[in-house]
Order: sequence, then C-alpha cells, then structure tokens
Amino acid sequence: MAEKPDMHQALGETVGDIFVDNPKMSTRNTNVFYGEKQAIHNVSLDFGKNSVVALIGPSGCGKSTFLRCLNRMNDTIPICRVEGDLKLDDEDIYAKDMDPVLLRARVGMVFQKPNPFPKSIYDNVAYGARLHGLARTRAELDEIVVSSLQRAGLFEEVKDRLQSPGTGLSGGQQQRLCIARTIAVSPEVILMDEPASALDPIATAIIEELIDELRSKYTIAIVTHSMQQAARVSQRTAYFHMGRLVEVGETNQIFTNPQHELTENYITGRFG
Amino acid sequence: MTNTDRIKQSLAKRYKRERRFQWYGRAAVFAGFAFLVVLMLDIFTKAYPAFFIHYVKLDVAYTAEALDLEEGATEFDNANFRGATRDAIYALFPEVSKRKDKRDLAKLFSSEAEFQVRNRLLNNPSLFGSTTSVWVLLDDDVDSYLQSGSKTARLNETQLAHVQTLQDAGRIERRFNTVFFSTGDSREPEIAGVLGATMGSIFTVTVCLLVAFPIGVLAAVYLEEFAPQNRWVDLIEININNLAAVPSIVFGLLGLAVFINFFGMPRSAPVVGGLVLALMTLPTIIISSRSAIKAVPPSIREAALGVGASKMQTVFQHVVPLAMPGILTGTIIGMAQALGETAPLLMIGMVAFIVDIPQGFTDSATVLPIQIYLWADSPERTFVAKTSAAIVVLLAFLVCMNALAVFLRKKFEKNW
Repeated sequence: MAEKPDMHQALGETVGDIFVDNPKMSTRNTNVFYGEKQAIHNVSLDFGKNSVVALIGPSGCGKSTFLRCLNRMNDTIPICRVEGDLKLDDEDIYAKDMDPVLLRARVGMVFQKPNPFPKSIYDNVAYGARLHGLARTRAELDEIVVSSLQRAGLFEEVKDRLQSPGTGLSGGQQQRLCIARTIAVSPEVILMDEPASALDPIATAIIEELIDELRSKYTIAIVTHSMQQAARVSQRTAYFHMGRLVEVGETNQIFTNPQHELTENYITGRFG
Repeated sequence: MTNTDRIKQSLAKRYKRERRFQWYGRAAVFAGFAFLVVLMLDIFTKAYPAFFIHYVKLDVAYTAEALDLEEGATEFDNANFRGATRDAIYALFPEVSKRKDKRDLAKLFSSEAEFQVRNRLLNNPSLFGSTTSVWVLLDDDVDSYLQSGSKTARLNETQLAHVQTLQDAGRIERRFNTVFFSTGDSREPEIAGVLGATMGSIFTVTVCLLVAFPIGVLAAVYLEEFAPQNRWVDLIEININNLAAVPSIVFGLLGLAVFINFFGMPRSAPVVGGLVLALMTLPTIIISSRSAIKAVPPSIREAALGVGASKMQTVFQHVVPLAMPGILTGTIIGMAQALGETAPLLMIGMVAFIVDIPQGFTDSATVLPIQIYLWADSPERTFVAKTSAAIVVLLAFLVCMNALAVFLRKKFEKNW
C-alpha cells in the first residue's frame, strides 16, 4: 500500500510518442465524464493508417470508454459527456455537422461479446450494406456478403448454410461473423473492444490472425486484457491507468523496455 | 461430536423442511386446480341444456282460407299466419273446445311459431295451397320441462298431458340449438341468442385493440428508447403505474363525460365502449411493452448502432421485433381484461336491452359479459342455462384469442 501514493503522483504527462505521421484518427486532450465523475483525463493519441494500436490496462482504466469515443458510441449513454479534439481524417468527430450514423459507417466496431442479430448469416452481413444502400442489385449484395465473409475467414465454414441463423454458430464463428458484418460496410477504421475475451484459445488465435490480415486495409484499434495478445497483434501499444494514458510506444519497446514504472508493474504482472 | 455428525443431523431437518414445503406447494396447486374444475363443471353442466332445444311438428294449411286471403292471392302481406298457426295447433287436439283451454294449449308454443310458419311460406311460395309439416319452437317453459323432466308450477296438469300426447305422437324433437347462436337478445327465452352480444364484443374489442395497441406500443417505445431521463418521465411513469390500478368504472365515467357528453358520440355504441376499454388497457400494454423492450439485450442495440443504423432503425428493425413476444403477451392480457369488463360499459349505456344484431361500430350493442349479467337477472328458468351458455361462449372467445396470441408469439420468437 505504501507505494500507491507515489504511483498517483506519477500520473501526469504521457510518456512516449503519441504522434504518428499522417494519422487516420487523432485525439487531443480528450476528457470524458459520466455525470460528475471524470473517466478519461486528457488523453491524446494518434492512430496511424494500416496499423493496429492496442489499448491495454487494468479493469476500469477507461480504455473501453476511450475506444467508444472514437465512433461516438458513448452518445447512447445520456450522462456521458466528451470533451476534446477528436478527428477522423481532419474532420472533427464531435462537430455539430458530423452525423454519428455516417461516422459509425466509417468507423466500425466489434464488441466484446459476439452479438450477431437473430437473423440468417446472410442477413447479418448484408444488414449494413442494405441499410446504407451500398448494393444496387441482388448480385452486388451477394458479392459484398461473400467477400466480407471471405475476408473474415468464415466463408469456407458457412458457405453451405448462409440462410441458417447466425446465432447458431460457435462463439468464435459468431465473432468472425460480427467482423464480417462490420467490414461489409467498408469502414475506414475498425474498433475492437476485447474481441477475443469470450473465446477459447483456438478461436482467439484465428481472430488474431484475422486482425493481422485486416491491417492491410484498415486502421484498427483494439482494447485487450491480454498482454500477449497486444504483443502479438499490435504495432503500437497504449497503456491506460485510472483514466489516464500513461505510456504509448512501439509494441516491442513497451513490452521489452517500458519507460514508466506503472507500465512496467503492469506488464510484469505486479498488478492488474 | 464431529462436524460431519452435526451436518448430518441438520441435513435431515433441512430435507424434511424441503419436503414439507414441496407438499404445501402441491396442495396449493391442487386447490387452485380443484376450484377451476368445480367452476368449469358447474358452468358446463348448467350450460348444457341451453345448447339443445325442442321443436314440435305442426301440419300447417297454407290455404287461402286458413290464411284469410282472397282466392288466387299471390301476396302474403295480409295473411293471417297467427290464425293459421293456431288452427294447426287446435287441429292436433280436436277435443279441446273451451276458450280457456284453447288459450292454455296455445301457450305451449313459442310466440315465435307464427313467424316460423310465415318464413317457411315466404321462402318457398310454391307451398301455397298445400298443407305442410312445419317444425316450430315450443314455449321455454315446455322446453325446460322437457330438458329437466321436473314439473313446474308454470304448466298445469292438462298442459303436461298435452305435451305427453305430442311426445307420444312423435311430434317433438330435440335438436342442436342453432337459434342460440344466430339471434340477439329477446324477452322470449327460447329465441334469445348470444350472437348480438358476441358481435358487440367483437366490435368493441376490435376498437380497443386498434386504439390501445399502437398507442401503447409507441408510448412504451418512446419512453424506453427515446425519452430523456428526467423528472417528467419519472412522473409519467408513476402515473401510468397508478392508472393501471384505477377502478375500471372510473374509466366508464370518464368515457361518459368525455366521449358521449362532450364529443357527442352515440350511446351504447361499440366505438365508445372500445375507446373506454382502450383507456383502461393502455397502462397494461405500456407497462408490459416497456419491460419487454427493456429485456432486449443491449448488445443487439450496440450491434445495430455499430454498423451505422440510426436510432429509429435500431429500435424498429431489432428491438421491437425482439420485444414483440412480450408486447403481445401484455396486449393479450389487456384484451382479455377488456373482453371480460362490465363496469365501465354500464356507464356508457351498453347495458341496454338490444334485440338487433349490431352491424357496425356505431350500432347500439351490448357485450358478452353484460349479456351474462342481464340474463342472470332474468326470472325465467331457461335463462339460467342461457347464462351459463353465454359464459361458455365468452370463455371460448377468450381461448381463441389466447390461442392466436400463442401462435403469434411462436411466430415472433427468436433465439439469440
């Protein structure tokens, strides 16, 4: 207990380089409040194109809250208030003329628990495309569904039963279905909120491979509890602690040579 | 004494307690079921006679002379069917000659008999000039005597002898009572039917459903998904919960004051009854719809929002369909309540004695529970059976509605 006050004092400026060249998304001085309580303090972070940024940290550190700011999912929580400068391609996400519906089509999200709609596999993937009118003909829609399932690495497993319910798949398949559903709308950024935490190691490995492949086309931000996962899939890692971004840097460097005491404690398993 | 021994001792006690509790539970279930069985047996045994009715065969002379018509007439407007019917009755008992005895004899037949005689001819004019057998209804006193076999003070010995004579001659026949299902109310128990009240109930419940379902569901969707969380919404919620507990007759008074006195809508009309019942069932529908909507997992909302569905698309493409089974359950409970409701309808004049079968939403009508109430109040013995029979019809109506609800539920139910 004695060392705790020191840690709190140590929470201040972020250690490491928050900037990248030519970022896809950038956040500056982000503050998030739930009513009176501040959940995120002054977080600034860039997300580079075609790279994976892992957000790690102990439970309740605000990494999921921060992730949900990036496509304004926090709008659905009435008491949640977001301040700061959040940009997607130099467009202010929280500007008055930014439509959250359009934003979410551009910044897709995959959730912790696989949440396919209680519809067929086909309809699950086609839903977003139909919603946004992306396909003019049935053939185009078929094409979107098939290519999305292929990119999500699920097509071979489900090609014979596209009309059977998506909820009948296994957990790992469901999560890949959700990823297919997300990429069917051709987003620019994909946010993943602990996408493998409800899955077994084999399904997790498949998802991780998939993330690595998706990187070639999308900008990805992933929240994870597993440090091994962060080390495996990400290029940059950001360590959050008590609503603050403590340290950010190249993943290799964070895991081999952390600069901040808190980061070191966390990745060496001393807490969290 | 070791811990294991102590636990063993207490275990026996615990299991005994559990067994005792299970027996209490079984007893409760059994008691409830027994009450239901007794109730059903009572209703069905009492209702049984009402589903059958006795007809008597008359040989009616459709001649110009018997009908008091001129020779060669083709119109039957002025025909004396009452006379012809009476003649046919008297012809069966040639020995009866005194005026008073003849009157007693005529009383054995329903006053509807002459209309049945007339309808037979109007439906088939070629019968004119011939003598034909016509099956007509008996008076309700004779009918209930034949049903139960017990003598009644309303029939004297001579009349009973006449009935016996008719029976011996094979002129009396027991048939399924189609009259009961095809007529409205009547002062004559033998031709009083349940169709008028059934139609009234159908019209009333239809109005109630058409008004209460969309308003209730939309209110629930708005309150649950769109409304800001503030004091006003809390106040509305408290009021809705309180409204569900308001005595139904108060809604009747409201309907009388607002719909009839202020808006000048017709009295005794299913449209007003439906509106009043809609007010009454709205809280039920809103409360159950809200809890059904609340029970839809938030992950489905997030999934839809996450791919860029708007709030409304999320609600109407995902949340409401998934909540539909629950919403339907609440609606059907509300409709069942509305179907069985009497008190508020008394206030808006649906308690009137209405013979005609309502043809639309603004015709004067009554509903099944009120018909039951009216018949239960009538002194004639036949109405005792009719009351129970009307209850059976009401229950059948409810079972049909519930079956429909179960079917719809199954249709909408999905796994996630």
